[in-house]
Amino acid sequence: MSLSFEIVVAGGGPAGIAAAIVAAESGKRVAIVDDNPRLGGQIWRGGLTPSGETKEWHKRLEACASLITHLPGVRIVDHPAPRTLVAEAADGVAFTIEYGKLILATGAREGFLPFPGWTLPNVMGAGALQAMVKSGLSVEGKRVVVAGTGPLLMAVAAYLRHAGAKVLMVCEQASLGRLARFGMTLARDRDKLLQTLRYGRETISIPFRTSCWPVAASGAEKLTGITLRQRRRQWQLACDYLACGFHLVPNTELASLLGCRLQDGFVAVDETQSTSVPDVYCAGEATGIGGVELSLLEGQIAGLAAAGRHDQSRTHFRARSRAQGFASTLAQTFALRSELRSIPTPETIVCRCEDVPLRDLLQHTSWRSAKLHTRCGMGPCQGRICGAATHFLFGWNQDSVRPPVFPARVSTLAHFTHKLRDNDFEAKETQ
Amino acid sequence: MPETISLTVNGNRITVPSGATVAVAMMSASAPCRVSVSGKPRGPLCGMGICFECRAVIDGVPHRRTCQILCEPGMDVCTQ
Repeated sequence: MSLSFEIVVAGGGPAGIAAAIVAAESGKRVAIVDDNPRLGGQIWRGGLTPSGETKEWHKRLEACASLITHLPGVRIVDHPAPRTLVAEAADGVAFTIEYGKLILATGAREGFLPFPGWTLPNVMGAGALQAMVKSGLSVEGKRVVVAGTGPLLMAVAAYLRHAGAKVLMVCEQASLGRLARFGMTLARDRDKLLQTLRYGRETISIPFRTSCWPVAASGAEKLTGITLRQRRRQWQLACDYLACGFHLVPNTELASLLGCRLQDGFVAVDETQSTSVPDVYCAGEATGIGGVELSLLEGQIAGLAAAGRHDQSRTHFRARSRAQGFASTLAQTFALRSELRSIPTPETIVCRCEDVPLRDLLQHTSWRSAKLHTRCGMGPCQGRICGAATHFLFGWNQDSVRPPVFPARVSTLAHFTHKLRDNDFEAKETQ
Repeated sequence: MPETISLTVNGNRITVPSGATVAVAMMSASAPCRVSVSGKPRGPLCGMGICFECRAVIDGVPHRRTCQILCEPGMDVCTQ
């Protein structure tokens, strides 16, 4: 099977949705290819609804729905030829997708840092536990500690409490001084201030600790308690869940596979959200962690630019640069402090796929050496979790990305990747 | 659409709200999704299909990312 669209959007979060809608409103035939079972990405996980914050986008999507094909549960695994992607559906069926223009809206994942016991069931990302609750998990009466860093922590704490959880504490690694400066910036932005005050009201009775982080999780078959540290003080707390995320890490694997230039770990784009590869655009968290507002603006600019409506795309430039200011404040406020590097012990697992402990990594000086000798980063996540951790712990950078960018079935690789590649080679030979 | 879905996790019947993911069913059943290469139980970590910690066997097919798959009536899910 092969599908073809004028514009393909990779990712169905706010940036991807905004890009697809403005492109469809310009009369283009668009596809949204998304790994998740439902549209909305991580932040709008419930999908677009006729009321609430997504109502405007819901209405616009309805109006141009005939031009948008949504392909849910589909992973892009390879880019074997120009303007061609190989994708695999949830049921394992592989197919090719051809595009005129491609908009990458691959978003971000949570950052994770290894600490003793972090591999126990019920220790998970902050956004991850929220996602589980949105997907039907009951946390009624459960004791939860929310920890890590970033604005997501308060949002998650408020959400979990609303869902009936006993949120025992929110532990933020950033110092009170940094948060106070962040608060001053928020005070200049009415919408963000109101949002913060709303979270504040919902979470006012939850103890909030700054310069505080987990140093260990304990339990036999699953989590039963954690050890927290704040300055020189260390104490234990019994809990059912630890929701722990260290801000966000951009998903740049597909951009790397396509050959897009990265800068400081993010996909480099120009003012029209164009990447270094012709006809490939990037919008949202993969270009810089800036939240939903910036994602929507970048998505619209990319969608309009891909549809050839450059004048229209310029109307969003000013709002975008304002939102980008917030993104750099976020990065400064929630930068990881160096003390966090001393949390894992020699026995702590760093690579969860291959169970590689920190001890085995200490002998190596690069990601490649560690990978070749210890299998760190060789498992199915392909270093998506331990890569960010070893970057923080040791300053290692991951090597170039190779296909498939997600584990794929052998049938997917055999039927498509090699066939297309062989054709490519034959064409070159006959030239 | 019915309000709840019944499925089997490691041989035990469990009922989840309609629209729940398989990862939610496994967590609700207190079942680990997989056992790691050194024999330790693991559950979901990222909740968004990136970390592969939630992979389990669904209807005999291994390596399914349970956080990205919705429960269906009568599904048979096992720890991998």
